Order: sequence, then C-alpha cells, then structure tokens
Amino acid sequence: MPFELKPAPHITPPTSVPLVMRRLLYALVPAAIAHTWYFGWGLCINLAIAVCAALAAEALVLRFRRRAIRPGIADMSAVVTAVLLAFALPPLAPWWLPALGAASAIVLAKHLYGGLGSNLFNPAMVGYVILLISFPIEMTQWLTPAELAPAADRLGLWAQLTYSVTGQLPFDLSLDALTQATPLDQIKEGLGEMRTLNEIQIGPLFGSYGGRGWEWINGWIALGGFYLLYCGVIRWHIPVSLLAAMLSFATFMYAVDPSRYPSPGFHLFSGAALLGAFFIATDPVTAAGTNGGRLIYGAAIGILTYAIRTWGSYPEGLAFAVLLMNAAVPLLDRYTRPRIYGRA
Amino acid sequence: MITGTVILTALTATLAILLVLASRYLPPAADPMADRLERLLPRIQCAQCGYPGCHAYAVAIAAGSASINRCPPGGDETIRELAHALGREPEPLLASLGNASLDKVARIDESLCIGCNLCARVCPVDAIVGISQMMHTVISTHCTGCELCLPPCPVDCIVLEPRDD
Amino acid sequence: MTEYQIHRHMTGGVRLVARKRMSTARTINRTLRPKRLIIPMTQQLGPPATPSVVPGQRVITGQPVGEPGRAPSAAAHAPRSGKVLAVEERLVPGGSQLLKSQCVVLAVDDKSTDADIEPASEWPNLDADRIQAIRNAGIVGLGGAAFPTADKLGATERCGTLILNGAECEPYISCDDMLMREHATDILRGTQTMLDLLGAERCLLGIERDKPVAIESMAAAIADLGDARIRLAAVTSKYPAGGERQLIELLTGMEVPSGKYPIAAGCVCQNVGTAYAVGRLVRLGEPLTTRIVSVTGEGVAEPQNVEVSIGTPIRELIEHCGGYVGDVPRLILGGTMMGYAVSSDELPVTKATNCVIAVHSDEIRDRYEEWPCIRCGDCADVCPARLLPQDLLPRSRTYDFDQLKILGLNDCIECGCCDVVCPSHIPLTAYFRDAKRAQRLHEQHQHLADTSQIRYLRKQERLRLQDEQSELHHTELKAQVAKDSGSRQETIQAALDRVQRRRNSDDRIT
Repeated sequence: MPFELKPAPHITPPTSVPLVMRRLLYALVPAAIAHTWYFGWGLCINLAIAVCAALAAEALVLRFRRRAIRPGIADMSAVVTAVLLAFALPPLAPWWLPALGAASAIVLAKHLYGGLGSNLFNPAMVGYVILLISFPIEMTQWLTPAELAPAADRLGLWAQLTYSVTGQLPFDLSLDALTQATPLDQIKEGLGEMRTLNEIQIGPLFGSYGGRGWEWINGWIALGGFYLLYCGVIRWHIPVSLLAAMLSFATFMYAVDPSRYPSPGFHLFSGAALLGAFFIATDPVTAAGTNGGRLIYGAAIGILTYAIRTWGSYPEGLAFAVLLMNAAVPLLDRYTRPRIYGRA
Repeated sequence: MITGTVILTALTATLAILLVLASRYLPPAADPMADRLERLLPRIQCAQCGYPGCHAYAVAIAAGSASINRCPPGGDETIRELAHALGREPEPLLASLGNASLDKVARIDESLCIGCNLCARVCPVDAIVGISQMMHTVISTHCTGCELCLPPCPVDCIVLEPRDD
Repeated sequence: MTEYQIHRHMTGGVRLVARKRMSTARTINRTLRPKRLIIPMTQQLGPPATPSVVPGQRVITGQPVGEPGRAPSAAAHAPRSGKVLAVEERLVPGGSQLLKSQCVVLAVDDKSTDADIEPASEWPNLDADRIQAIRNAGIVGLGGAAFPTADKLGATERCGTLILNGAECEPYISCDDMLMREHATDILRGTQTMLDLLGAERCLLGIERDKPVAIESMAAAIADLGDARIRLAAVTSKYPAGGERQLIELLTGMEVPSGKYPIAAGCVCQNVGTAYAVGRLVRLGEPLTTRIVSVTGEGVAEPQNVEVSIGTPIRELIEHCGGYVGDVPRLILGGTMMGYAVSSDELPVTKATNCVIAVHSDEIRDRYEEWPCIRCGDCADVCPARLLPQDLLPRSRTYDFDQLKILGLNDCIECGCCDVVCPSHIPLTAYFRDAKRAQRLHEQHQHLADTSQIRYLRKQERLRLQDEQSELHHTELKAQVAKDSGSRQETIQAALDRVQRRRNSDDRIT
C-alpha cells in the first residue's frame, strides 16, 4: 500500500486569505452601524450596490481572462474593496456612483495589473479618485448628521432607495435642504474666505473633536483597527507611523497659528484619517513589504494627507496620498531590505 | 493657446534632434550587444545552430537575422535568458536542429579505436587526447556533449552517455 | 553554577504545537530484534563506503561491512550477526530525499555467544589515532545531516566553542529528549572527548525550555562531573531553535558567515546523539550500530522511542510498536517541518533517521487551495535567516538567478517557517528547493560554458601558431633549397666541365 507523497512541511497554516478578508469585514461592522445611525440608510444601499457590482465585475473579468471564477469570488477580496469604497462615498448617491466606482476599482486597478496580489495601486482608492474627478458634484453630496437635521429633512429607507435608483427626491425636499458640507469641507471653504477657525468651528456641525457624528464613526473605526491589530491581520507599523507623522505635523502647525490650522485632535477624528490608517494604507498588496519600508510609507502618507488637506484643493487628501505612496513602494522595498543572517 | 502649441512643438523638435545626434555621434555602449548575448550562450561551438560557432550566432541574433531558439545545448534556459536580454517573448526550441546537450558526454570505445585522430582534430575544446596510430580517449570533465566527434569517426566507436557528476 | 545566560533572541521562528508527549510517555524500548537488515553504504554526507563483504559470507555483530571512501566518509558495520544475503543497489533514505545506494543485505541469526561479537577496540592515546578510531567506528552526525564526525573533529581551523545541540525543535521528534534523560553520563563522556580533540575552551549545551526532565537530568550529570568547561543553557522552544546557525546565534550571539560552516565562527556543533555515540565508543569500544528513533504519530498503536539497529526495515519497526492504527495515508521520515514523505515502509532505518511518523488521516488537514501571494509579509516576519520569501517567490518561479543571489536564496535553510504562516497556502519551501536545484544546474552549465570558451580560444590559438610555424618552416626550407640548388648547380657544372675536359684531352691522345 503506497503512502502519499507530499512535500514538507506537513503542517497546514492556521490562516487563509478568506479568513483575513472576513476579519477585515467584521472590524468594519460597528463603524457601519454608527454611520447608518448618523447618516441614514445611504451607506447600506451603497454597500449593497458596490458589493454586487464588484462581484459581477470580478466574475466577468475572470471569465475574459479565462480563469476559474469560483476561487476568485470566494477569496472575498472584491468584497473588501467594495466595502472600503462604499465607506468613502457620500450616503446620498445615485446608484451608478458606487456601481461605477466598484467596477472600475476591480477592473482597472486590480485585474488590468494582473489580479489579486499583482496590483500596484490600492483598488478602492483608485475607484474613489476616478469618481471624485469625474463626478465632483455627486461626490460631495454629504448629508446633515441625524442629530442636527429636523425630522422632516431626514430620508427614510424607501426615500433613499428611490433617490438612488431614480434620482428623485420626495416632493417636499430639495438637495439644498438635505445636503451639507463635511467638517473638512467647511473648514477649507471658511479658511478660503479668510475666516478664522474659531469662527468656522462655532457651528453645530463641529463636535468636541471632529465633526458631529464623524467623531463617533471614526472612534468605532479605530476600535475595529485595534481588533485587527489584536488578531494579527495588520501590523502596528503603518497605523502608528501614519498617525504619528500626521499628528506631529498638525501639532506643529497648530502651535504656529491655531486660528488657521485645526487641532491635531480634529485631524485625527475627521475625514478618513483613521479609516486610512487602519484599513486602507494597510492593504498588504499595495503597501510596503518590509517593516522599515512600512514606517516610511505610513509616515509619508500621513504627511501628504495633512499637506493636501491644508494646502491642496481637496478637503480630504488621504486617497491621493495613498496612491502617490503606492507608486513609491517598489523603491521602498528595494532599499529597506533587512540584513540577511550571516551577511555584512 | 497658440504660444503653448508653438513652444511645445519647438521643444519636441529640439529634443528629437538632440537624440538623433547623440545616437549617431556619441560613442556606443562599452559592451556591444553581440558580446553580451554570447555570454548567455553555452559557448561549446557545436555549430548546431547553423552558424560556425557561438560568436557568429550571437552576432546574427544581435543583427536580427537569427531567431533566439536555435541553440539545442542551451535549451529552454538559454532561450529564456536571450529573450530576457532582448525584451522579447521566449520561443520553443526548434526541433529540427541537433541534440547536443550539456548533460551528455562522449565516450570512446577504446577497443575499436584505430588512432586516426580525426575526432581530436574536430573537437572544439580539445577534450580528446591521443596521437596518430595510438588509442584516443575523451576527458569527460572537458567534454561538452556537442556531438561534433561522432560523424568523422570511421569506425563509429564514440557514444554519448549521460554526465554522471 | 552550570546555568548559562542566553545572549540573544532568535530572529523569526514560529511556535509550534510540540506533539512530543505521546512518544515520551514510555522509556526507551530496547527489545526490537529485526529479522533482516539492509545496511546502506551512503549513510553520510560524503563519498559512499565500499562494501567489504560478499554474499554468502557470515558476519558477526560489530564487524565492518563497508570501508570508508575518500574523506569525508565513514565505515559501516553489521549491527547483528547473520549471513549476507546480497550486496546490491537499493533505494534508501538519504538526508532529505531517497537515493540509490549499494547495500549489504543481512539475514539476522542473532546467535549471542561471545564468538559472534567483534572484540571491543582499545581507546587509543594519541589524538590522531582517536580520530581514526571514530572514523573506523562509523560515527556520523546523528542530528540528521550525517556528516562524518571524525572529519568535523579533525578540522584544522581553530575551534573555541563546542556547541552541543539538545534543542530538538521539530514537532514529534523526541529521541534526543529521551537520550538526555537516560544516558546523560555517556553523552558527557563523549562531550569531554570531543572537547579534548577539538582543543576547545568551552562546551555550551542548548536544550529547549519545554524539556524540563531532560534539562534536570543533564544539569545533574554536569554537576556530578564537575567539568567547568561544560555549561547548560535552556533556550526558547520556538522552531527552529535547533538549527545549527540559529542555535549558535542564541548561545553565543555570533552569526555564521553566509556560505560558510560554523567553524568560521570558531564553533563546532554536534548533536547530543553523536556525543553519546562517541561516549559509548570510548567506554565500550563498540562501533556505531544502533540509534534511538522516535516512532510516533496517531497512526501507530504504541508511539515511543526505540533503540534500533541500523538497517532495520521501517515496517518491522512499526510492527514492533503495535503496528498501524486506522487509516494512515502518509509516512514521514523526520519531523513535520523538514521531514519527507516516503511511499513505502520497506526502507531501512539509517544513521540519519531520527523519527518515523505514521500520520493518521485525522491528524493532518491538507491545504486544498492555493491563492496568489497577497504580500502580507508574514513569511518575512518568521524567517530565521531574515530573508524576504515574498520577494524570493516570483523570482524562484522565473529562475531569475541574479536576483535570487542578491536576495539570499542560498541562505535559506529550508526550515518551512514561511510555509506554515502563509495565508495563501503557497508551498514556498518547495519552490525554493526547486530554484536552488535549478541554480546549481545553471552554475554547472555556466562553469562548463566559461571553460569551454577558454579551451576553444586556446585551441584556435594553438592551431594558429601551428600554421604560423609551418608557414615559417616552409619558407625556410624553400630558401634552403634555393641556396643549396645554387651551389649544387656549380658542383654539377664543375663535374660536367671536368668530364668535358677529360673527353677533350682523350680525343687529342687518340
């Protein structure tokens, strides 16, 4: 009776790619609930559309590339891309916005570069940037947080769905009444009009740290991030270096002129700083591959994000910062290799 | 808009002219392509590519008159390296060429050898020792499996065997 | 105070479930009486031994059956008395794969009179003779690499530290653990002998922390012995703490230079089993004919450690331990990280066999799917050689030898740590082994190509010189002939003149 011949080692790894992806999704659940609480059902609708579009795009592209479809879908990487993209989109979005974003992320950013593991740029960020540049108006239709909006101005699930599919709002509401700029947006506009921060941040939109609602959502994102650290899904290098660099820069500028430069706490809890630090910049395929490289990568993203927020044309700079540093990753990997045992 | 177009066109034209002048008059790369390609070949001079020696084949590849899949002893490994050096896709080895292989060595059956010396004269790397009218033998560490000694032997006393080190 | 303080942490490595308790519950079993022995001539890292017996011959216990080849090689002996059935080529286990070897096949008759045992040899006084005695006793490294011990101890470079490897980091293997529990004195006797032969100043014995009984046993024996040169250290139980390079890093803080052996760092590393074999040789004058083998896994009825005669077929060994239990799809020689699967149990136990695992189908979960590399870098975190497997992988697939050299493929110790943490379930170690094989072949071909080119150019030069010389020779000859023919013409003319004058004078006379 011949025994089977398999190569060493004869131990199966306890982890797997679908498990890593699933854990990422679990970590985002609390943040998704908070987002829905503050901004309504928009996120859930966008999530559903983005995930479906991403899976459909993935299946179609795999068919064209003559690869097996089932493993490509089952590894859940397309779902993660779609979810991260949906978090970046405004809740009040027509259906084609998340659909187009997810499809372009999967096709252009992932499969054109070779598929899972071979892409140079973060697919969710590529999708986001394509949407941002092509549809600037739809990409800035953010809503008033629930606590601030009068009941009459809040959209229920049916109304949200209707808007998403048909673009029609309930007859007594208008876009002007519903939408409101994000805290980062308001600051950029206000500073542009030469108002001081104290004047801008007086409005009810600004909570203790970041914007109303946003503080809580980002807090839950950070907790999700700690869960990922605990499970070993991500390492500490990128989150720590990203946040440390961004906050150091912010603290320095805040000390120089607190009336023009928001506090570090504000920067930390608004926009996508925490989402980027724990979920986006840590994407293993597109981030640096060595620990030394990761520290530089994270720090550079933190600095670039702050720079774009403060001096660039866009209110939030994380997506561009990530894409710029993605391009630098091969160089970082080349020059931050650890010293091999036994070599000088 | 007109100024922009004019400036860009002028810039492009200037740079193009500079590039052409540089490629024509500046000294060429220190390491000509043919030598670089030759270093990737097995250099056993078996001539099964159809060229009289590896240098000639390398020159022909560099000139574009020979394909990169003509070297049997080099096999797929050499094709891959040539393709990589030239930025091309590897092609399968031409089956119609010979069977020279680096993993084989020739062996003379000493009982049949008549000492005609024809094999030693034709061996490109002097791996066969022997003088006229005396028995000849192959030094297997120097033998490259090029098969050039097989045709001239009048008594057919040479065989190819797998290399065993 | 025999406890030695550890200098360094080990880079990388993984914590594995040890799975050793099943085989350490019983003491070493010494009752195995094999019926047949297949003694290979290639049981060492070096040229094979030459068989010195013929079929039909009767041999006695301890009689040499194989003469050592060219150094580094070792002798082979008959572990039991019996009749030589055949001397033939068979497939036998090597260090990391099966190989073909000449074998002496013995039918054991096991008569146990004194006449059936080779007389014990005297332990000599001179170092050179002692090393020769170790070579004649067929002692090789029993940690798995099987390097002839005599050649390691006879090295000419300076050795300051003898490292004794009692770490045994791989899961399932427990033979060294049991040896240290039951034979501490003989191990130390061998250690002292090796220290003297090497001229080393100290011996550091490394034992993994999860073997408290072995640590206690060795510590007590060291205390009794009172030799201040020998010190014990408990090292981390992370795999691969027992790898030569890793253990040296752990115990001394030094790194063995890339591509060199530990002697380059002034150390010689020996397994405790090797020290034991030397100790027995010194005490009893017996050659190496047995070793302890862990027979384990849920697929064997009574997992334990057995003192096995070299050459015992593995099937007899497993039957001695109660036979197979249930469905056993895989048989592994070695541990689960670096051991290799074999297709049949008709193979013999060799000096390099430290463990046999009968893997039950419940014990192993196969990786059924492989995903592309997601560049998570977990592999780089655990690599003890500080390599980047995620970068080595794509180049191993395309055989990019230049980059592989830069990235350090040759420093890979094939420990398998990267494999067991990979979320994509990529068989990294298999790719690296294959790339190394292709690299070796490539280097051989490169060398042949370079020397062929030189020889070709030299031949062209030789022929050119020959042509030149023969040109020159012809020109000289022609000139010579021209010169000669000039003076020859005069001689001929003078002779003709002489004849003419005589004829003329003759005409006037008549």
